[in-house]
Amino acid sequence: MSSNKEAWGTRVGLILAMAGNAVGLGNFLRFPVQAVQNGGGAFIIPYIVCFLLMGIPLLWIEWTMGRFGGKYKNHSTPFILDTMGKWRFWKYFGVFGIFTNVAVAAYYCYIESWTMSYVYHSIIGTFNGLGQGEVADFFNRYLTIGKSTTGIPYEAVVFYVLCLLLNTYILSRGLKGVEKAAKIGVPLLLVFGGFLAIRGLTLGTTGATPAHPDASAWDGLNFLWTPQFDSLSNPTVWLAAAGQMFFTLSVGMGTVHCYSSYLKAKDDIALNAVSAGFMNEFVEVVLGSLIVIPIAAGYLGIDWVKENAGFGMAFQTMPYLFDQWGSVISNLAGVFWFGLLFFAGITSSLAMGTPWMGFMQDEFSFKRNSAAWSFGALILFIGLPTVLIYQVAENGVVDQIFFNEYDYWAGTMSLVVFALAEAILFAWIFGLKRGWPELLSGADIKVPVVFKYIMTFITPLLLAVVFLGSLFLPEGGDWATALQNVGNGWELDNGSIIKMLQNSGIKETIASATDPDQIAVLRQKMHFINAARLLLISLFAGISILVYVAYIKRKKSNLQTSAV
Amino acid sequence: MNTSALILMVTVQLTVTIFTIYFFVKVLRTPPKQEPDSYDENDDVPRV
Repeated sequence: MSSNKEAWGTRVGLILAMAGNAVGLGNFLRFPVQAVQNGGGAFIIPYIVCFLLMGIPLLWIEWTMGRFGGKYKNHSTPFILDTMGKWRFWKYFGVFGIFTNVAVAAYYCYIESWTMSYVYHSIIGTFNGLGQGEVADFFNRYLTIGKSTTGIPYEAVVFYVLCLLLNTYILSRGLKGVEKAAKIGVPLLLVFGGFLAIRGLTLGTTGATPAHPDASAWDGLNFLWTPQFDSLSNPTVWLAAAGQMFFTLSVGMGTVHCYSSYLKAKDDIALNAVSAGFMNEFVEVVLGSLIVIPIAAGYLGIDWVKENAGFGMAFQTMPYLFDQWGSVISNLAGVFWFGLLFFAGITSSLAMGTPWMGFMQDEFSFKRNSAAWSFGALILFIGLPTVLIYQVAENGVVDQIFFNEYDYWAGTMSLVVFALAEAILFAWIFGLKRGWPELLSGADIKVPVVFKYIMTFITPLLLAVVFLGSLFLPEGGDWATALQNVGNGWELDNGSIIKMLQNSGIKETIASATDPDQIAVLRQKMHFINAARLLLISLFAGISILVYVAYIKRKKSNLQTSAV
Repeated sequence: MNTSALILMVTVQLTVTIFTIYFFVKVLRTPPKQEPDSYDENDDVPRV
């Protein structure tokens, strides 16, 4: 019998929690980089098309599935999917909705712990007066856990455990804890982001120095927003836009289903979903585009940005740029920047904890506290290798092997596979004949009927294209050339799923290496890669076994598992 | 900033901002459904 008696406190709390779930580090770090790499302003056109044809429909699908499953007291995807399809296999597909969250939370909490640590370092003024190289080196030293930057031994581990404890404590307060965190975190994130965005928008050419005389924030904004319409015919740009849609909306994870499963059939989901979705878009398109790229271009020049745009800029470059604003404002800007990243992170990582908790409460009668602490313990077990296992290159750059593997398989591929499966299940197995009225039940807005057809045909098709695009990614990701020369064979990129499975990239590097020491390091890396994958497979298998045990328990107690 | 970049930036950011505010205000202005609804902070009797 389920011990789950959770309920949302208020509608606004639910929407903020959903928006907090969607708003993550990618809004500030991934979106502008993707735009820069895919045609600048033209990227926004496929991005918005994908938001309308894939993002919004997927949000509605997930909210509807969650609320429908909740009617049968299911609060995690294995048995939510089970209520919708006759085929027993669906509940094992639903395992993705727990697995992805556990695996992603394992490394996501590590990034979150960096932001905690950097808030602390910004307050005590660690970065004041440091050069650009020294700030970048600080990050590498931080990741090399044995070398403390504060005097705290194993600082990175300490902050990771602290961050995990904070997440687990909030989760142990149930949905009320999550809701409270969102009600504090999301508004603060908007305030912090607003402050930095205004700074990015007004920086202009005031950041130019003798070292970077041509630096201008306007160049950054020009680069980000000037439409290059020729890139619209490039499939790579469209695939990048569709891919970004996954990361930004947190669809294909199982968190939206879980949050929505606590709603009653007469309560709205249609308006809630678009409201939370647009809040995420506001943070991404408005705030996300006005911070990192313009500020970096304003001090270092657009050429530097083009060469170095990436995730690392947040920690390796931004503190140096803030330092140019004078010691007091730089400390404040550091607190705002890393604070907003922390709030973006924690509201997402809390969401990742709820599917596991819902599952353990529903199926194994765990109390809320036990469910939360079991999640914390699992994350610690799966996550510690992401902190402890890395290699340091000769230039000091840290290669986080487990981290990268988790990110690729759980944080990227699993989302696409699960979203594709759920879109097919909802539109074709459960059927829009039942699914559409489910979505409209209690709706506070009129949903245009065209979305019925979009959900049936276009969304699954787009998802299939994204999946196949990752499976058969051509050499260099250059779709235009690959499609033109399709008759001459199809060279797969080492980043394609097929080549990743075969470890082709690292095998090629080993084959071309001549230094025995380097070969030994590469071989060690390959062992770590395989170990990380083994751990992920074991996690998936372990959750699948729990789902099987739960199914047997349900059968014995004659509990209804399926509505169809 | 060049004109085309400025036009695109202002158009996109304004559109997204207007939609965000519109939907959120609609949420705030929509009267709550009859009890028992999904939210417990407005309950007259605390849930067990």
